[in-house]
Amino acid sequence: MRWLRRNAVSIVGILVLVYLFIPISVVTALSFNKPAGKFNISWNSFSLDAWTNLCGVPGVCSSFVTSLEIGLVSTLIATLLGTMIAFALVRYRFRGRSTTNLLIFLPMATPEVVMGSSLLALFLNMRFPLGPLTVAIAHIMFIISFVVVTVKARLQGLDPRLEEAARDLYASPRATFRYVTFPLVLPGIIGAALLGFSLSFDDFIISYFNAGTLVTFPIYIWGAAQRGIPPQVNALATLVFVTALVIVLASQIVQYRKRKAMESS
Amino acid sequence: MAEQSRTNQVEDLHLVNLTKRFGDMAAVDDLTITIPAGSFFALLGASGCGKTTTLRMVAGLEDPTSGSIRIGDKDVTRLRAFQRPVNTVFQSYALFPHLDIFENVAFGLRRRGVKDVKATVEQMLDLVELGSLARRKPTQLSGGQQQRVAVARALINKPDVLLLDEPLGALDLKLRRQMQIELKRIQTEVGTTFVHVTHDQEEAMTMADTIAVMNAGRIEQMGHPAEIYELPKTAFVANFLGQSNLIEGRVAGASDDLIDVTAYGVAFRVPKSRSSATGTAIIVGVRPEKMTVLDALDATKVPDGHNAIFGRVTDVSYTGVSTQYLVRAAWGQELIVFEQNMIVGDRCEVGDDVIVHWAPSHTFGLDGDENINAGVDAAVLALDATAGQ
Repeated sequence: MRWLRRNAVSIVGILVLVYLFIPISVVTALSFNKPAGKFNISWNSFSLDAWTNLCGVPGVCSSFVTSLEIGLVSTLIATLLGTMIAFALVRYRFRGRSTTNLLIFLPMATPEVVMGSSLLALFLNMRFPLGPLTVAIAHIMFIISFVVVTVKARLQGLDPRLEEAARDLYASPRATFRYVTFPLVLPGIIGAALLGFSLSFDDFIISYFNAGTLVTFPIYIWGAAQRGIPPQVNALATLVFVTALVIVLASQIVQYRKRKAMESS
Repeated sequence: MAEQSRTNQVEDLHLVNLTKRFGDMAAVDDLTITIPAGSFFALLGASGCGKTTTLRMVAGLEDPTSGSIRIGDKDVTRLRAFQRPVNTVFQSYALFPHLDIFENVAFGLRRRGVKDVKATVEQMLDLVELGSLARRKPTQLSGGQQQRVAVARALINKPDVLLLDEPLGALDLKLRRQMQIELKRIQTEVGTTFVHVTHDQEEAMTMADTIAVMNAGRIEQMGHPAEIYELPKTAFVANFLGQSNLIEGRVAGASDDLIDVTAYGVAFRVPKSRSSATGTAIIVGVRPEKMTVLDALDATKVPDGHNAIFGRVTDVSYTGVSTQYLVRAAWGQELIVFEQNMIVGDRCEVGDDVIVHWAPSHTFGLDGDENINAGVDAAVLALDATAGQ
């Protein structure tokens, strides 16, 4: 009883983690499965087929690449635009500034179904052919909001004295931006870009409305789910998860080493 | 850029009719001063008196509404901050958090296109005794060390004028004392003009060779610390810089070099040379440590010609070095007296009837139109600000 009370926090913590990771572990485990029928739902026998033959099922890899491409392009453009908007909103006073501040939140607050369908209506009205371009336009639109919010917070948290100090130390406005402002805001921009990419990569609803015949990875999975998801999808999903995990771990290790080095110096 | 004129020859800093308005409020009001080359100059005042605005205008971070700023013969009023041969040690330092100490110090040199900075930076870090910490980030340093980095980062550029904005405000008392001596040493070593903004009168007196007491956008009085302290010209200075007893009276007559004053029926004498009163209304002033407390029965021991007031002790605080008395005069005013503890056990008690006396040569006279409480609140606020940090 006493033991229970003392370790209650750890026990609850472990339970929550188990709860969070069970779905992911099921996905990973089933990537090593050789499904008995069409549906990869119950365990049959161990097999590396899905891993050795990742692109074996038509549509898996091409949709994966499509999602990567759309994610990269949308993120790049949205980060660029969003960063500039954030600077404008924080640094300049202009007519319509507060309205812009408010409107920039809208794409985040609007239900995806509403946004997806209204974009579709717009594209159809304009007779704009649906495809990668319309999906990218839709993604850029909602990523911008997240970028603006993230970068703005970072910029507002910046001590104005730092830029004054730079000016005082012979840095022209351009040099002040390059050597002080930008490096200090960069972590915010990188964070915004990572967030934007992951939002784009797994977006289903908005993409589905505006994709036309284009098949992104989430759309492929949705379609496959009706016919039976091939284990290749599990393998790819595991791959994405592991990649993310490696990035997080690597950055943690780098941070830790840096701290160690600092302490011992 | 203005770097071609970068020589070690230091020149005077002139502020001419400098004014800064924010809306209707004049933060700095028609300020004209010359700060001699190589001096350690302190702008002293309570918060909101315009001292920081003045500093920021000299740095180029704030545009004056009117007036001009000259260094030697060169007018820098229209130059932008990065073009001025002036550097600043900011309040709370403003070190670049993403750069290490070396790069922080090298920043100014690099921006001016100096190629080989290593030797200069190392020399500068040695001057502030931080050579071993060159590769640390600012957050890994203590407050005192950060302060020294800020000084090194500014001084390495050999500015014509170094501006210090409350540079010691964020440090604790002991470290502040230490840094006061340190800054003075560095100033003597490099010989640059230091303009130091502070609300801490003790700090200003310890460090500066010239103090300008600022109030409501104007200079109240300027001079050597001892000169201002011993002979304040306004009630604000008398109360803000140290403490004073100010008694309102009227001129009753005059002899060769003394003014006879009557206040509340008591006669005082003030040297003519130490009075800034113009009319018949006059304020008699004296610093607390210039006064002596005697038991009322010993009234005969008061030296001839001294100013003297009968009163009753209302408070005694023993501070080790001295004893601080509050003495209520017959007309109700409380006078403050500091007595050095020369003889053990020889102290007055609360309720004792005493006579307080002082030499006329320690008396000063102020214009009778002034408010005897001017600057009292400002001094208390400044003290609070110091204690709060």
